[in-house]
Amino acid sequence: MDFIRKQVDVLKKPFTKGGKLEKLYPAFNAFETMLFVPDHITSKGSHIRDGVDLKRTMITVIIALVPALFYGMYNTGYQYYIQTNFEFTFFDAVLHGAYKIFPMIAVSYAVGLAIEFAFAVYRNHPVNEGYLVTGLLIPMIMPIDMPLWMLAISVIFAVLIAKEAFGGTGMNILNPALTARAFAFFAYPTFMSGDKVWVSEATNVDGISGETILGTLAANGEVAYSSASMFMGSIPGSIAETSVFFVLIGALLLIITGVGSWRIMLSGVIGASVVGILFNLWGANSLMSFEWYNHLLVGGFAFGIVFMATDPVSAAQTTKGKWIYGFLVGVFCILIRVFNPAYPEGVMLAILLMNVFAPLIDHYVIESNVSMRRKRWQGVKLETT
Amino acid sequence: MSKEKEPLFSKKNRALLTDPLDDDNPITVQVLGICSALAITVKLEPAVVMTLSVIFVMAAGNVIVSILRNVIPTRIRIIVQLLVVATLVALVDQFLKAYAYDVSKQLAIFIGLIITNCIIMGRFEAFALGNGVWKSFLDGVGNAAGYGWILIVVAFVRELFGSGELWGVPVIPQFVYELGYEDNGLMLLSPMALIVVGIYIWIQRYYNRKLIEND
Repeated sequence: MDFIRKQVDVLKKPFTKGGKLEKLYPAFNAFETMLFVPDHITSKGSHIRDGVDLKRTMITVIIALVPALFYGMYNTGYQYYIQTNFEFTFFDAVLHGAYKIFPMIAVSYAVGLAIEFAFAVYRNHPVNEGYLVTGLLIPMIMPIDMPLWMLAISVIFAVLIAKEAFGGTGMNILNPALTARAFAFFAYPTFMSGDKVWVSEATNVDGISGETILGTLAANGEVAYSSASMFMGSIPGSIAETSVFFVLIGALLLIITGVGSWRIMLSGVIGASVVGILFNLWGANSLMSFEWYNHLLVGGFAFGIVFMATDPVSAAQTTKGKWIYGFLVGVFCILIRVFNPAYPEGVMLAILLMNVFAPLIDHYVIESNVSMRRKRWQGVKLETT
Repeated sequence: MSKEKEPLFSKKNRALLTDPLDDDNPITVQVLGICSALAITVKLEPAVVMTLSVIFVMAAGNVIVSILRNVIPTRIRIIVQLLVVATLVALVDQFLKAYAYDVSKQLAIFIGLIITNCIIMGRFEAFALGNGVWKSFLDGVGNAAGYGWILIVVAFVRELFGSGELWGVPVIPQFVYELGYEDNGLMLLSPMALIVVGIYIWIQRYYNRKLIEND
């Protein structure tokens, strides 16, 4: 360890104050803190005695994402091989998925981090860890066959417009990963919907196709999957959103560590269930009569509500606000799915919409608290001595 | 005491013409006339026609209001201004219908809506009512050009990336499409106009430090 430390110190020299590469210090700092715990400590008296910093929070989320990502790799291969009728083993499937997914992750990180580094150097602040999670989330919510340059443009758009324009990590109004997906969805609709994009290689090989369950329903088709396979995730869909089971493992980790808000997740599920049940009673078309508990299992609902809606920056901050915010995300998700079949993925638009409203919700929660306390103290004479 | 006559293009007068292009741009600095910037910038051609129409309406309107400025009773000045601009817009509309029918159809309601363009009434009120004819003319041309410049930039970006064309002519070569390039559908939707204007403002303020407000 000492050896590495020494090497890093030697490397550090030109980056410190007065050195030749002083301007690039933020970039160097990012690399150094990857290897070593930052050595800057609170100089004045601090009261919180815990080492939780942004980096650890982000790493927790990434660990929580790994089960879903791993299953996404398997499912990518699985969907491909069952259609091509090849004999395949578990490893074949994972290998095929990894072969398709790793380039996407690499592109997402390379492009996004390049922009982050450029801004950090220009604005002279340390590189924030925020992009570590965003960069992994973006490929996970895209269709498997998305061209890499499209992914790169979506990443550029998300990082520049949704994040840096507002001031960088912690200042964004919209969730950057979802902004990337929304951009791709509206900019390149043919690559983001239909029955040719959800299964690996479907665009190149005739005879392979697979519509998502929501897409099938929107076209008034028959759903050929059982609730069990929806829960386990052996269905076509964006890379890592299909498996509710593996998303729940991640959710458990987020809740135990306190990184993700269980209030948002729970109220989101309640909101979606309530609206789902109401639509079941109405039952005017196949999307409405789709069982409410299945609505919770298909599409990106589980993934979105666990990993996107709980984004601590763009979600509501107050406790009461979180309940309202999560509930409305669930409500709008099902509403958009059912009333606008052109946008089968309701959860993305629902979360983005509620991101915009989150500050307003917080404002009214705080205002109502203020006026409640004022009322309580009205007419009470404070004893003065 | 005779006042020295100001030359036609004195420094002040030139500023009337050039300020609205950058430092005092109606769209990116004063944030006026955004609505039409969203609506007619999908393609370059309507944007240019719109620019020319607005330059005409604004220059002529400013001149007329400036000539009449001492006879317009203050209480009904808005109505008079509206009349002036409505007449001019009707003229432009008829002219376009006669000589450029296709474009006129594309622009449809938006030519008529020049009347409601906040920049025009704003300049009448803020400038033409208090300044001489020549100055008002320059101010009208300058502001309309500043407005049009943004329209053209936005329309250029949107048409190039949205439909791969410029002025209706395909400019992105076929082999690029064969390599897998796709036109960006979002560019054709109005929100993208706002985002492009936003990016323009970002770049403009990066270069023009005067525009940055102190917090």
